[in-house]
Amino acid sequence: MESMNHGIGVDIAFLLLATLAVVTAWRVFRTDSMVRASFFLLVSFIAVGVIMILLAAEYLGVAMFFMMAVEMTVMALFMVMFMMNPAGLNPMNMVHQERISIGAGVVSFLVLSAMALLAVFPDRPVSAGLDPVRSLGNEMLGDSMLIFESAGLVLLTTMIGVVVLSSHRGRYGAATEGSLPPGLEPGGDPAGKPEDDEDGGHHHHHH
Amino acid sequence: MTLATLLLLAAALIGIGIYGALSQQSFVMLMMGLELILNGVMLAAVAFWAFSGAGAPEGQLLTIIVMAVMAIEMAMGFALVVAVFRGKQADTTESLTGLKH
Repeated sequence: MESMNHGIGVDIAFLLLATLAVVTAWRVFRTDSMVRASFFLLVSFIAVGVIMILLAAEYLGVAMFFMMAVEMTVMALFMVMFMMNPAGLNPMNMVHQERISIGAGVVSFLVLSAMALLAVFPDRPVSAGLDPVRSLGNEMLGDSMLIFESAGLVLLTTMIGVVVLSSHRGRYGAATEGSLPPGLEPGGDPAGKPEDDEDGGHHHHHH
Repeated sequence: MTLATLLLLAAALIGIGIYGALSQQSFVMLMMGLELILNGVMLAAVAFWAFSGAGAPEGQLLTIIVMAVMAIEMAMGFALVVAVFRGKQADTTESLTGLKH
């Protein structure tokens, strides 16, 4: 872009960061350790954050660093708590429908990159006088305040929902107390539960 | 660094994310695939903002909203992992057969 007016250094940095982002994103699904996978994902996000800073969206890039650092740390903790093999001591390849997945990934990449290369997008780069952080702040607390506040409200709702979902017991006993799934036919046996008790012994999930 | 190269990078991230979300058996690995898709979406939004949107602030706002979506997805995902693990001791998608016909 002639009017973006950046040097060769930015291009080299972008090339390195783009390679880093794609390679680490790929390694997420190719490493044996789930903890390492979450840190690979973190590196991919940080590379994208630096690219955002190169694009003059400083606030978004830095917000990305902070948010993803915390998020991936939480993710690594969850790996250690819940998952088998978090340290990668054994080889791990836990995938299903892999051919379809590879096909879907490749097809979506090809379609999206064909759009990126063939479509004609307007060439209207950021003007040199614009202060991106100031304009974002004015937008969030100005014209788009309702959208911004709605996002906050949705986050609050999420917090309440998360507590309800993950709490061990409700005020009047266990969270699942007395709750039975409805029958498959009217008056029939509850779906799911009794079946689970019968074949729990030789099923592949462990109790 | 042009709009086309940035969109290509975003497409690659989205493609890898779709592969991960469809192929992984572990819930948390599946969520990583979803995160990668949103990573590509945010990059594409910032790229359009920088090269095609003349710096309109709504472009940056869209990225903030996607970040909020990402936080919600992570929080709800982990809560569901906890709930499922409590109920079934399960950590892979294969162990949940309740909705299978």
